[in-house]
Amino acid sequence: MKNAVNREIPEELLKDGKEVYQGKYYMDGKYIKRDSPKTRRYVKPQSSKLCSSIRKACERCGAHDGMTVSFHSEFREGDYVASMVAKVLVEEMGLKDITIAATSLGNAQDLIADYIEQGKVIGIQTSGVRGRIGEVISAGKLATPAIIRSHGGRPRAVEAGEVHIDIAFLAASTSDCWGNAKGVGGKNNCGSMGFAIHDSHYADHTVIITDTLVDFPNRPSSISAENVDCVCVVDSIGDATKIATKEARVTENPRELMMAEHAAEVIAATPYFTDGFSFQTGAGGPSLAVNRFIEKRMVEKGIKMSFALGGVTSAVCQLLDKGLVGAILDTQDFDMGAIKHLAEHPKHHEISMSEYANPANKGAYVNQLDFVVLSALEIDVDFNVNVITGSDGILRGAPGGHPDTAAGSKCCIIVTPLTRGRMATVCDEVVTVTTPGDCVDILVTDYGIAVNPLRNDLAQCLDAAGIEHVTIEWLRDKAYSLVGTPDALEWEDQVVAVVEARDGTLLDVVRKIRPLQLDG
Amino acid sequence: MEIQKPAIAGTLESSDAQIVVEPFTDGIQLSIESSVMNQYGRQIKATVLETLEHLGVKNGKITVNDKGALECTLKARVECAVFRSCGASEKNIPWGGVVR
Repeated sequence: MKNAVNREIPEELLKDGKEVYQGKYYMDGKYIKRDSPKTRRYVKPQSSKLCSSIRKACERCGAHDGMTVSFHSEFREGDYVASMVAKVLVEEMGLKDITIAATSLGNAQDLIADYIEQGKVIGIQTSGVRGRIGEVISAGKLATPAIIRSHGGRPRAVEAGEVHIDIAFLAASTSDCWGNAKGVGGKNNCGSMGFAIHDSHYADHTVIITDTLVDFPNRPSSISAENVDCVCVVDSIGDATKIATKEARVTENPRELMMAEHAAEVIAATPYFTDGFSFQTGAGGPSLAVNRFIEKRMVEKGIKMSFALGGVTSAVCQLLDKGLVGAILDTQDFDMGAIKHLAEHPKHHEISMSEYANPANKGAYVNQLDFVVLSALEIDVDFNVNVITGSDGILRGAPGGHPDTAAGSKCCIIVTPLTRGRMATVCDEVVTVTTPGDCVDILVTDYGIAVNPLRNDLAQCLDAAGIEHVTIEWLRDKAYSLVGTPDALEWEDQVVAVVEARDGTLLDVVRKIRPLQLDG
Repeated sequence: MEIQKPAIAGTLESSDAQIVVEPFTDGIQLSIESSVMNQYGRQIKATVLETLEHLGVKNGKITVNDKGALECTLKARVECAVFRSCGASEKNIPWGGVVR
């Protein structure tokens, strides 16, 4: 059955109430019955929840074959805990048929790719998939299709009971022996633990894994001891210096800086750029760089930002320190400066992933956003964006909050170079739709700017400001004239991953790629 | 032109291609590896074969390791490898002839 972004969704996936994507507000006003965890009672006083090993904690929480475990990805590429725990479950305890529900998976979890190949891990549910895990899933080696959800879609699915977490293993920079835990004050700090908070509310069991045990009570805490079964102390939970990956780097590339400057011009030309506006940038060189150029515009106009959301970098923290931003609402930190800032600044607030982006709660912060500036691996002439598969069809990206902020914001700007190497970023049809075109408003490339025809109001704003723009078809033609028109990818029938829209409907599927064989 | 000795042109940098040509007596033997194989494999093959034909190369073992090079880059790398293989790269490049 074709959905609203013209993608064919196999009938066999449309069961247990699953529907195809039908537009960004389809679920608005509908009710949801929230799932609840089955939790153990601790009536008899105990002096400490410390366990001598991860294995002991697993046993205490009833780890078993066929269970679902969760991890958060606040340490990004520097995470040690997911692999550490998976190793205990599979190699020490010999468990099998495990489903991993993580906020993201990448190179730091390459070990889990081995467990997928061995058939020990049979399910993956994540907001991002990079590294070897992406390759083995794309090769069809995972027993069930991976489920890709946005940052808002994940807590929605947890609340809907579509994924029920047996044990959440949550890395924490500090914890007391009772499980009051947070992402600051320890040996290895990740800053916001926004990705972990919601899991601690909905998982049957929660295990805190820390490398810095502090005196009781560790308050104020991100994770409350009332939701924690066990605390494990390990040598190191992660390498915070690897949080700032190349996706989250500060760019010096003149092409990217030029695009960022143009994006700032576009922002300044819209009616939303007034005192008290709100703003978010994604991780990615050119979109992060917009922070630099927005400052100048704000000072010129004498306006301030009410709040910045995200995905927080040092760049936006510096704007707050200069008095240009009222508050930062932080679900994830992208660099060491932002982590330090969260610990020190009272206007820099940690928020959970559900507060940030969940479309099934009573109002996520993304719905208060004026602007979001995001990247794309590909964008097609219908403004659909792909941030999960490479142009070769292999899983190697992360929707993260992309679909949520695009849908919630008044003005969603995609900033991307027209081509990357021989890959046309602007194309006829994206390999996989992760953010539907009806959520995307303006595209800024190094060869020109295009406005979604659904937003003629914004096109008129650009005209009034004297900012030139072209059709997205013109940009596609330009891209193909530079790199050549690509051949269509060829696919096997096997579905290797399902991409859920943030509201839980089915947006797209990723099939197993059939590599091109040249004869002779 | 005739491939007289093994020669190489290009690099393995992103957006470049490395071409190795070696003497061979029985037609063109072409092998291609590419980071953009699934979308551009056929076009890369066609570009390499056309370039060889244009240079009048009838025999040779050609190995392409492509890192997403544009068509013009591929063409230039193939030409350079062939010229190097027959000692024409120092002073005898046919500017304005087959190279234009």
